[in-house]
Amino acid sequence: MRNGSLLTIQDLQTHFFTGEGVVRAVDGVTLSVRPGETLGLVGESGCGKTVTALSILRLIPNPPGRIVGGTICFEGRDLLRLPEEEMRSIRGCAISMIFQEPMTSLNPVFTVGEQVAEGIRHHQKVSRREAWDRAVEVLRRVKIPDPARRAYEYPHQLSGGLRQRVMIAMALALGPRLLIADEPTTALDVTIQAQIVDLLMGLQEEMQMAVILITHDLGVIAETADRVVVMYAGRVVEEASAEQLFETPLHPYTQGLLESLPKLETGKRHRRLTAIPGLIPNLLDLPTGCKFAPRCPKVIGDCWPTEPELREIRPGHWARCILA
Amino acid sequence: MEPLLVVKDLKKYFPVKKGLWFGERADVRAVDGVSFAIGRGETLGLVGESGCGKSTTARLVLRLLEPTAGEVHFGKTPVFKANRKEMHQLRRKMQIVFQDPYSSLDPRMSVKEIVGEGLVIHRLARGKEKTDRVAELLEMVGLGREHMGRYPHEFSGGQRQRIGIARALAVGPELLIADEPVSALDVSIQAQVINLFEDLQRQLGLTYLFIAHDLRVVKHISDRVAVMYLGQIVELAESDELYRNPLHPYTQALLSAIPVTDPKTKRQRIILEGDPPSPIQVPAGCRFHPRCPKRFDPCDTEAPVLREVSPGHWVSCHLY
Amino acid sequence: MRGLFSGQGRWSPGIVLGSAILLFFGLMALLSTLLAPYDPTRIPERLQGFSLLPPRGDHWFGTDLLGRDLLSRVLYGARISLLVGIVVELVVTPIGVTIGLFAGYFGGSMDGVLMRTTDAVMAFPGLVLAIALTAVLEQPGLLSVIIVLTAVRWTSVARLVRGQVLSLREAEHIAAIVALGAGKGRIIFRHLLPNCLAPILVAMTFGVASNILAEAGLGFLGLGIQPPMVSWGSLLAEGVVYLTAKPWLCVFPGLAITCTVLGFHVLGDGLRDVLDPRLRS
Repeated sequence: MRNGSLLTIQDLQTHFFTGEGVVRAVDGVTLSVRPGETLGLVGESGCGKTVTALSILRLIPNPPGRIVGGTICFEGRDLLRLPEEEMRSIRGCAISMIFQEPMTSLNPVFTVGEQVAEGIRHHQKVSRREAWDRAVEVLRRVKIPDPARRAYEYPHQLSGGLRQRVMIAMALALGPRLLIADEPTTALDVTIQAQIVDLLMGLQEEMQMAVILITHDLGVIAETADRVVVMYAGRVVEEASAEQLFETPLHPYTQGLLESLPKLETGKRHRRLTAIPGLIPNLLDLPTGCKFAPRCPKVIGDCWPTEPELREIRPGHWARCILA
Repeated sequence: MEPLLVVKDLKKYFPVKKGLWFGERADVRAVDGVSFAIGRGETLGLVGESGCGKSTTARLVLRLLEPTAGEVHFGKTPVFKANRKEMHQLRRKMQIVFQDPYSSLDPRMSVKEIVGEGLVIHRLARGKEKTDRVAELLEMVGLGREHMGRYPHEFSGGQRQRIGIARALAVGPELLIADEPVSALDVSIQAQVINLFEDLQRQLGLTYLFIAHDLRVVKHISDRVAVMYLGQIVELAESDELYRNPLHPYTQALLSAIPVTDPKTKRQRIILEGDPPSPIQVPAGCRFHPRCPKRFDPCDTEAPVLREVSPGHWVSCHLY
Repeated sequence: MRGLFSGQGRWSPGIVLGSAILLFFGLMALLSTLLAPYDPTRIPERLQGFSLLPPRGDHWFGTDLLGRDLLSRVLYGARISLLVGIVVELVVTPIGVTIGLFAGYFGGSMDGVLMRTTDAVMAFPGLVLAIALTAVLEQPGLLSVIIVLTAVRWTSVARLVRGQVLSLREAEHIAAIVALGAGKGRIIFRHLLPNCLAPILVAMTFGVASNILAEAGLGFLGLGIQPPMVSWGSLLAEGVVYLTAKPWLCVFPGLAITCTVLGFHVLGDGLRDVLDPRLRS
């Protein structure tokens, strides 16, 4: 539907079959990523942003999870119909992913150089020597100081920030066209967060890759994303360019998220925060109509019976709300 | 105004063994000479990155840890000199709310038992009186009587934080230490809990020591803010003043690292080089100098002291 | 046990299967006097034609050298084996729990002394200790078996509980209780102990299984139960001489031991699954 895109997800449905019922973690997500752009994927815990990312790579743990519907087109091929071997050659090569917790994603018994080189050798027929040299080169690219020496160190010898750089190096070693970054800065300290965000954005420009940046931090999104998709309860509730979204958020949930952030500007201290009332929704017990209705400050009678469609309200600005 | 809490030159070193057998001993200087005071009804924010010693400071103030050196006075009582009986009384007056809504509640106790624990320990209420008091506390934090019989795993993160707050309030404290109380919560829930803290302060006249790494949250809730780096306070000022006029290069970097939710303002970011050094090997001179973009001659040899450079604005930096 | 099973109400297949196996052997032990077709100690007047019979219609498990019915002996043996397994576990658990709680909670030199003692006992070869103790106690028998096993079997519970307490001590809910002003007794018995109960319970099921095996080992060496009492271990010791020629003498008591131990293990695994708070939704 949207031309010239690198990745198009159509009506993706990923469900988890648990003892208590079917958890529809992702229920009809449609989005697309153009080559070279940064798509921000925002939402709170349980909104389905990570499951969407894992679905793209077909890394949903089965059981209990399964992709039950939809298509994921990457460069013209439907990833959901590829045989597993072909999928394996795409993972880490054309599409790669970095995770929130760099310590658990690295193997403690191998040096970081070995781990980066291993990834290269996994996808390309190169000699050990050559893979190692390229690994050091990638470590240099992610601005690890003294990479030739650091390559010989083990993950526990590195700080959290450096580990996250190693993760990025592993993800970028083969020059992916799409990088999925799942909360890449959440586990890091504020000053290190800034370093990593800066690094990622620099590398993206340098390597001309598309990035899906998953985060709950609206600030990081505002600084980095070209377009933003806001998710709630397994659905896309709003999609817009970053400017549009932060200037005129259309969905009451997006508005609520923005308003609930404490403001830094002076002189407003002790002004009450505008919180979104209620709890993060329970995916086993969702209302039939708009999923945000129980927490929505603008809810009207028409919100309850049927779920609103995601509509294009203004060019390029979509929202799933009857009031928009 | 008489301060409620005075902390003087507080130090806590944790000994660590280097090497496997007879290696030399070293100290982790988690807290290394921290001083501040909090007035009655005031909120002092304590910010810093992980490992800067802010949580250790909280535990020292409550005497959950014994200090290496220094003093803490609660009102007129010297906390570290208090005997058993005095300490027991002090525990009613100082309480804490923790960061992790999962590990901070005993998974095997019902909400009623968790919140009522303080009432039982200090023999404040029993039987029906206890039940009523617990119900009252739960309502105070936005939960209800119907939640009393349930267990922690039945609640969401935000609700668990509310239970933790109710447990702390049960004994009627004057000082509440909040150690990263909202960092584990989702954005929309964070705002609810911050509002709850502010409402409770107004209703009960509480004094807060509010610890967080998120400067945005700390600035919102605090009257004054202290910035910690490697076991020491590097800057302390009124929160508006600190935001408007940050003096220490570290505070400036922290403030500039906060992402702004407006894609059109391209802020001037100060990106610090490297990582915070380990508190085992504290740099000589100013502890911040290896990462400081403005370091100059005396910084690597001479340690600056915390000085009041304008009324109420303290900074520990050779630039001022 | 308050809250131990709270919010679960799930029965894992392990618990059902394990309980079923153990119920079978438990009933066997309890009703052995009724179930046994013969007196397990009765030696026929004329041995010829009754000694070392293979399994057949009137002696399902065959007979031993002295013509005694093996089925009856296995049934009676269940009483002693299960008794030793359970009694020893009931004695060592409180000892181990107390030592573990104190070592873990007080730490420092208390921890050092208690844990080095535990290590010493663990490191010492159990069999050598058993032989030495039996020699000291002069007469091997039911009591000596229980004493010997108790002397070596408390260590694993102590280690387990100490580990639990050490990690619990770091938990914020314990810090919160200390900050509320709770005394040592309240912290240890109302907050630390209940949180250790689930792993202790699981360890107990595995412990009973180990005790049964250990008793069999002692019996095998002749340091266990003495005649006329029978246990599965002493039956094995008697039968091993004929292992190749008359294998049934070892197979049936061996099977009984294997199945019982398996039953306890399956039950333990099932309990662990159900009681692990991490597995709760």
